[in-house]
Amino acid sequence: MSLLWIPLLPLLGTLIPLLAAKLERTLILALTAIAPTLALILLLSFTGEVFSGNTLTFSLSWVPVLGLDLAFRLDGLGYLFSLLILGIGLLVILYARYYLSKDDSIVRFYASLLLFMTAMLGIVLSNNLLQLWMFWELTSLSSFLLIAFWHDNSAARKGARQALTVTAMGGLALLAGLVLIGQVVGSFDLSVVLASGDLLREHSLYPIILVLVLLGAFTKSAQFPFHFWLPHAMAAPTPVSAYLHSATMVKAGIFLMARFHPVLADTDLWVSIVTLTGLTTLALAAYFALFKHDIKALLAYSTVSHLGLITLLMGLGTELALMAALFHVINHALFKAPLFMAAGIVDHETGTRDLRQLNGLWKYMPITATLTMTAAASMAGLPLLNGFLSKEMLMAETLKFDHFGALSWLIPVMVVFGAIFSVAYSIRLVHDLFFNGEPKRLPRMPHEPPVMMWLPVAFFVVLVVLVGVAPVIVEPLLLSAVSAASGQPAPDTHLQLWHGFNMALVMSAIAIGTGLWIYGRRLHLYDFQERFPEINASENFDRGVKNVMYKCRDWYQRIDNGSLQRATFLLLSFTLVILLPTLTAKAGPGPVFNVKPMDGAMLSGTLLLVFGAIMVVILHHKRLLSLLMMSVVGLVVALIFVLYSAPDLALTQLSVEVVTLILIVLALFFLPHKTPEESSSPRVMRDLGIAGLFGALMGTLTYALITRPFDTISGFFTENAKTGGGGTNVVNVILVDFRGFDTFGEITVLGIAALGIFKLLAGVRLHYRSADAAGMTWSGDKHPFMLNVVSQSMLPLALLVSAYIFLRGHNMPGGGFIAGLITAVAIIQQYIAHGIDWLQSRFRFEYSILIASGLLVATLTGMGSMVLGYPFLTSWFDYITWPIVGKFEVASAIAFDLGVYLTVVGSTLMILTNLGKLTTAHRPREEEAI
Amino acid sequence: MEGLYAICVGVLTSCGIYLLLRGRTFPVILGLIMLSYAVNLFLFASGRLNSNMATILGESDTFADPLPQALVLTAIVIGFAMTAFMLVLSIRAYSENGNDHVDGKPADERVHDSSIAADKGGQKE
Repeated sequence: MSLLWIPLLPLLGTLIPLLAAKLERTLILALTAIAPTLALILLLSFTGEVFSGNTLTFSLSWVPVLGLDLAFRLDGLGYLFSLLILGIGLLVILYARYYLSKDDSIVRFYASLLLFMTAMLGIVLSNNLLQLWMFWELTSLSSFLLIAFWHDNSAARKGARQALTVTAMGGLALLAGLVLIGQVVGSFDLSVVLASGDLLREHSLYPIILVLVLLGAFTKSAQFPFHFWLPHAMAAPTPVSAYLHSATMVKAGIFLMARFHPVLADTDLWVSIVTLTGLTTLALAAYFALFKHDIKALLAYSTVSHLGLITLLMGLGTELALMAALFHVINHALFKAPLFMAAGIVDHETGTRDLRQLNGLWKYMPITATLTMTAAASMAGLPLLNGFLSKEMLMAETLKFDHFGALSWLIPVMVVFGAIFSVAYSIRLVHDLFFNGEPKRLPRMPHEPPVMMWLPVAFFVVLVVLVGVAPVIVEPLLLSAVSAASGQPAPDTHLQLWHGFNMALVMSAIAIGTGLWIYGRRLHLYDFQERFPEINASENFDRGVKNVMYKCRDWYQRIDNGSLQRATFLLLSFTLVILLPTLTAKAGPGPVFNVKPMDGAMLSGTLLLVFGAIMVVILHHKRLLSLLMMSVVGLVVALIFVLYSAPDLALTQLSVEVVTLILIVLALFFLPHKTPEESSSPRVMRDLGIAGLFGALMGTLTYALITRPFDTISGFFTENAKTGGGGTNVVNVILVDFRGFDTFGEITVLGIAALGIFKLLAGVRLHYRSADAAGMTWSGDKHPFMLNVVSQSMLPLALLVSAYIFLRGHNMPGGGFIAGLITAVAIIQQYIAHGIDWLQSRFRFEYSILIASGLLVATLTGMGSMVLGYPFLTSWFDYITWPIVGKFEVASAIAFDLGVYLTVVGSTLMILTNLGKLTTAHRPREEEAI
Repeated sequence: MEGLYAICVGVLTSCGIYLLLRGRTFPVILGLIMLSYAVNLFLFASGRLNSNMATILGESDTFADPLPQALVLTAIVIGFAMTAFMLVLSIRAYSENGNDHVDGKPADERVHDSSIAADKGGQKE
């Protein structure tokens, strides 16, 4: 349990600065430091157990289905990194208090920093791959917040964005790699994975896994060619650079390589990739560091170079290489963090970081100068300092390396090349900062910083010297880490100050000597370097990202440029592409079902339908004519329903046809009467082609469908219609009983459509037309006498018919839908014959209320069964004998059908009358005069 | 007979799709109506074509499949609601934009896509 508190304390700690926001800054500092301090104490309390080789674990089931647990482990490796994260973190928190100016929000800074600390601890302590990845991404996110701390500065925003893009891309690769590992091993539990080294290395997916995991590690640890984000991340406040970009986050990639060392390392592929990447990074970054005039840029490139050095050691695979790598992790953190802090002090006290302006600061800030010089000397690898020890080990290990056969000598040579420039840029840093003449045009008069600011630096420098002189003090820490990382007992060796006169020492001497000489010739080198065109990886990256964006936008424009026609065309073409191959595949037997012979009725019907349909297309520019042709088609469709034993459908189709026709004619009153001829011939051909293909496809599908035998699932309905639903018209029983809930949805949609139309028509501004397209004026007699009389006398008859159709619906063709449509048509006829004003004075109905009451009746009918303890819409029926009338049936379904009827009447009339009203309400005055 | 039926569905689909690809709202609505005829006929045919069969229990031993009929019946009514809504939408668009083009934008904002050539360029006029 207590293990959980190590990452949990800093997480809770993020709240402290937020809650203490109103307090004085030093007080905030003190309060913020509590959580990491407690976590550090907790960590130190485990020291004995970890050093004796135990692995502490803690696990809490989280999402067991995904194999995701909240699981932590503390072994030597995790201990080493946790110590660095917490220890350096505390010093950085102290330093930041004095570094940040009064205008900067120290609250936001501390909260982000502690969040980052949590994420880092989460990575190094995770015992579950997915959880590890989650914390990995959290470091990317929290470092984004920290780099962009000064968010009004565009360089900071850009740097943050770039760091996030690069590390998050690597994070995705890492996720893929970890998921693959989980697939291969069968568990995301790190303990299980670490025990499955042979399984993984021999698996066919191993190369892919390795590349994906290394991509994650290399992007995070700024290895070539992903190194470019790190120098740009220097736009962050210096405490962030000291903490994230030298000591912790960039080491996460190193940690990952160390963590997976037992399962992924020491294959040919691993050695080749890791060694060469590390070597390239080491040499290139060391060279370029010399030419950076900004202190932080110089330190950033130096950091990249040292990360390359550690990566190289990770790859070498020789006896002590892993030990040297982890030793350098400690040493680099110890000498680079104070250097960054010193850079921050110089920046703070002088107002610039440009090495060409900063000279001769020795006189003004001797304490800072002494500390910086010591740390820089360690960076250069001078004896008696910790940097010397690990560099010496590196040299020795590269000499043992023989993986590249006869070409193996290149490795030590390139390492010496890197070391030479390492010495040169270290000298440049010290010489340019503190000597080399007088300061030039400094914004501020330099002086020593406050004690609390150089105290953390001093703390580090003391450690640099201590480790350098008596490396034995870190030996147990290092050995337990090495043992945990390698999965084997620690190598039987001791860190020694003096190895005697050997090749490694000679190499160090060469590096120092040549480095001095190179620095002496630096002006020539600067000139030489000036002659190269600037290769800016960061700009290339930005350009690449921009290009991708443009390309995407371009492609998007091609698909969707705002034209509905194009969208429809693409959608249809895509459908064809998907469908056609499935039809060309030969599947199943050919047509076998009883194909009936042609009869005259169907033939003439088909001819009429085809004629009508084609005429609609041909005449579609003359809208009224095409509408008439359309009604021919509709009529034939209704007749087809009659022919094939579907009287209900035929009735519905007919009445809908009438209503639709009236509706469209009304709409045509407002819309243009002609469609302009604007399609070019190629477009017409294209559309005809795609339409023809679709028709052929649908026709074939239909033919294939109806000539194949089938088993209907309707048997249940025919068997139970009478006994269960109490009706003999199975279609109607299905609608109001078996599938009553569907119908309930349908009428709701109908009602919503009517209300939507009502709303759409509210406030629409349209011109009343005085003539049709041909210039013919409307008839002066709006309500002809004949129509008037006939329709009025027809109304009772029509209503009677609809009542009859409604009542018989359960047992004969008919029902609520059809009856509703017939009623609607009858009333609309009155509107046409008499006009709205006439009708409104006699027929006071709010159609919205009609719709609502229809839905209410249907709902209540359904709920009625719930009251009796049955599910919603369970129907009930019984037979009652009345005198005179005789025996008849009473079914709850008829009440439901009444709801359907009312909704259909209400919706249809609402739609039509609202559209019809427009022809009268908004009539402009002058039009009437014509 | 099945062949003729399939021809009806195919022709209705073709005409519907062609009208669907027109640039003005009215033909597009006609196209949608035509397509819904085709779809209704197709769905109806999934019960196979049976002339002179009983739809009412007790009339005969052989029944026309009632399930597709019930589905198509509601489809017809919903189709009407859809047509009505589209018509009113097109009227509204016409009154707002001053034109009845399907893109639903005022004439000066519209991307002209009335020829194949413009299709490829995809540029605004």
